[in-house]
Amino acid sequence: MDRRLFLNGVLGCSLAASPLVTPVTLASAPWDTRLVVILLRGAMDGLDAVQPYGDPNLAGLRRTLMTGPEHGALDLDGFYALHPGFSALKPLWDADELAFAHAVSTPYRDARSHFDGQDLLEAGTGMDVPRAARTTGWLNRFLQDMPGVQLKTAYAIGVDDLTILRGGQDVSRWSPDARLKLSPQAQRLLEVVYHDDPLFRDAALEAISITQSLRDAPEMEPVEPSMMEGMAPAARGNPAARMAEFAAERLREDTRIAAFSVNGWDTHARQASAMQRRLGGLADTISILREDLGAEIWGKTAVLAMTEFGRTARENGSKGTDHGTAGAMIMAGGAVRGGKVYGAWPGLSDSALYEGRDLMPTRDVRAYAGWVMRGLFGLQASRIETAIFPGLDLEANPGVIL
Amino acid sequence: MAAFDPYLAVRRFGTGLAAYMDVPRDWAALLADLDGADRLGAQFEMPRYTEYLDIEAQLRELRQAKRGTEDAAEIARLDAATKAQRDAANALHSTSVKARVARAVGAPIGFRDRLEWFWADHFTVRTVGGIAGAAVSAFSNEAIRPHITARFADMLRAVVVQPLMLRSLDQDRSAGPNSRFAKRRGMGLNENYARELIELHTLGAGAAYTQKDVVELARLLAGLSVQRGAFQWHDGRAEPGEKQVLGKVYGGDARGLEDVFAVVEDLARHPDTARHLARKMAVHFISDTPDAGLVTHMAARYRASDGDLTALYAAMLEHPGAWDPVGNVKWPFEYVISGIKALGVTPRQVMARSRRDIRRGLIVPTRLMGQTYQRPVGPDGWAEEDAAWITPQGIAGRIQWAMDAPHRLLDELPDPREFVEVALGPAPPEPVRFAAFNAENRREGVGLVLASSAFQRR
Repeated sequence: MDRRLFLNGVLGCSLAASPLVTPVTLASAPWDTRLVVILLRGAMDGLDAVQPYGDPNLAGLRRTLMTGPEHGALDLDGFYALHPGFSALKPLWDADELAFAHAVSTPYRDARSHFDGQDLLEAGTGMDVPRAARTTGWLNRFLQDMPGVQLKTAYAIGVDDLTILRGGQDVSRWSPDARLKLSPQAQRLLEVVYHDDPLFRDAALEAISITQSLRDAPEMEPVEPSMMEGMAPAARGNPAARMAEFAAERLREDTRIAAFSVNGWDTHARQASAMQRRLGGLADTISILREDLGAEIWGKTAVLAMTEFGRTARENGSKGTDHGTAGAMIMAGGAVRGGKVYGAWPGLSDSALYEGRDLMPTRDVRAYAGWVMRGLFGLQASRIETAIFPGLDLEANPGVIL
Repeated sequence: MAAFDPYLAVRRFGTGLAAYMDVPRDWAALLADLDGADRLGAQFEMPRYTEYLDIEAQLRELRQAKRGTEDAAEIARLDAATKAQRDAANALHSTSVKARVARAVGAPIGFRDRLEWFWADHFTVRTVGGIAGAAVSAFSNEAIRPHITARFADMLRAVVVQPLMLRSLDQDRSAGPNSRFAKRRGMGLNENYARELIELHTLGAGAAYTQKDVVELARLLAGLSVQRGAFQWHDGRAEPGEKQVLGKVYGGDARGLEDVFAVVEDLARHPDTARHLARKMAVHFISDTPDAGLVTHMAARYRASDGDLTALYAAMLEHPGAWDPVGNVKWPFEYVISGIKALGVTPRQVMARSRRDIRRGLIVPTRLMGQTYQRPVGPDGWAEEDAAWITPQGIAGRIQWAMDAPHRLLDELPDPREFVEVALGPAPPEPVRFAAFNAENRREGVGLVLASSAFQRR
């Protein structure tokens, strides 16, 4: 059989109008504000990222992990200083677009396993919910509470399972690692092969559409120099950067919620160099989101970077820190009231430490996330405390969202 | 309703077609294949659970030794020994993946492997930390594979004493509220395993049981515990007194583990279990919406045979509802293995691959397709619904693998015009044959066959 005849026969249409090469039309999104959640897997050391150098006990706890402005950290407010690895974000702090919540934790206590800690962080429940029942995530439950949510409204990005977005509401998933490099001929033939199987045809259509939109994405317009003042151009090309680029690309369209994870925070040894690299990478990730979203959308966006637990207050014998309890959350975005470190400081004296070893949690990290969602999306407090973070007491509004 | 098809039989119930391998003459040949000795299982040995446990014990000793010394040379020696043990654990893991692939690729039919994967998913255990906690393949090899032609009750009996099962469903954190142990330690019941034993493993969610049955079963199971990674019946944790599960009283004469085995027999024999297992098996092997007559037929045979699994399989295979031409979508790992088999990679070649090859060729691609190796999210295992797998990312991962993997696996690619019949049988769907004949080059031709929905379906 002649190939052209066969193609026409099977498809009944010309290539130009064929479904696999026509971009899909996106439905409009139900609301306008954006939330990005970045999971920092491995337990980020909050005491190192945002150093409470004003606490007289900090220096004594850290023998080789240098802290405070004397050792290169950037003073924030006379009490806290920013780890030098984060220096690319200092202009964001100065522009009131970067904030932190310190001495926060999930309800996870006393066991310090990464897997269980991450399960709890993503499930958003208390310890009272059995481990095996923590299979749906709080971002998914939030979506179920919002009107007009569609498949595209939320994106789980990367190959990570991201329990945080699992649950009854279907969400989109994509990993920038997925490539679909097909020759035109292979794509045409694939179309023939999938023609009679709608499930395969539609999914392939969407996959090709996503990869094409990434390829065809217009170069970003240069951001005005005044906004960029003092900001180093973000490094691109690494996996986290590609996830941030993809997130921004979707959030400029109809996506409103995006989540992805960044590994490598388990700094048991030689923490100084690891933190420099990791925080530098995270600063780039946040900078890419800001650059690629553009000023208008960034103004409606909050980025939360959360981790499963903090690390020991005391440095260990291998120039690192071990699994702890409270830590810090990073909050960025034009929608965030930045230039502030939120939270009550518990102190670092022996008696102030949790079990004599960890930073004492003074607030549930879910309360911040809850208030951020309430500020961004107008969610009822009672729904946050029952459906999204069951058992949480939101307490007073910290006022993170403008 | 359709009739038996030898090529469909191997694609649907086995690990896929390969050149130079005989296809079964009738459905009974699939069962005959299970009858004999597990030749491939013996040839490609799976690392034993105790091997993992030994490494864990060695590492524990090394940690303790390190705490007790300040001597730099001694510390260096202990560090080196620790690293050697960790390398050994990684090697076990790598071998376990390769043995799993080699067995499936070397099997002419592969019904045994597919049944092992099905039942191991039914009894999902999740990694629970530590070296032994990652021995999921050993669990499957030791508790599931030897019992795939036994009675379901026998398999269940093997599973309830598996440390990995007990740990991954928190049974090791449970103690009878009136036991000596609970009183001393302030512990109590954990109902997790009891609930899943009823909801997931036997009767099924929505069957006729109450919360009271779950609690009573948890009381009955309380003595099942794990000590240093090994199973142990712990009298001190066992709950004294009678327990009433689904209307039957157990435990009056304090027989301990024998009572657990007794309740396992009764749960396996329950009519709801027959229905649950029949439907689950039909969904897995055949369709998200299997023929109702098929499910009824299978459940009836299960009950009539006192839960004999071979009888259950026979009931499935002999029923015309099992031979509908459009089947369920393969799980990613199964898809990749069937591709490797179709390409003619031999078990020996699989075993010769490096850890890095296994990671890049299997673990990473299947993760992109949505299946993180041996890490399902919940205790209910991997999804069966086609739509859970054929998502934009899932299909991109599959197409990418189909296009990239063959030329990394083989020095010389097959002729796509022949390969289409090797992979799909002598009568492939016309569009797939067309694609194979009209591709621009061998790489794309072979890739298109592997990417076709016909090849991705069971």
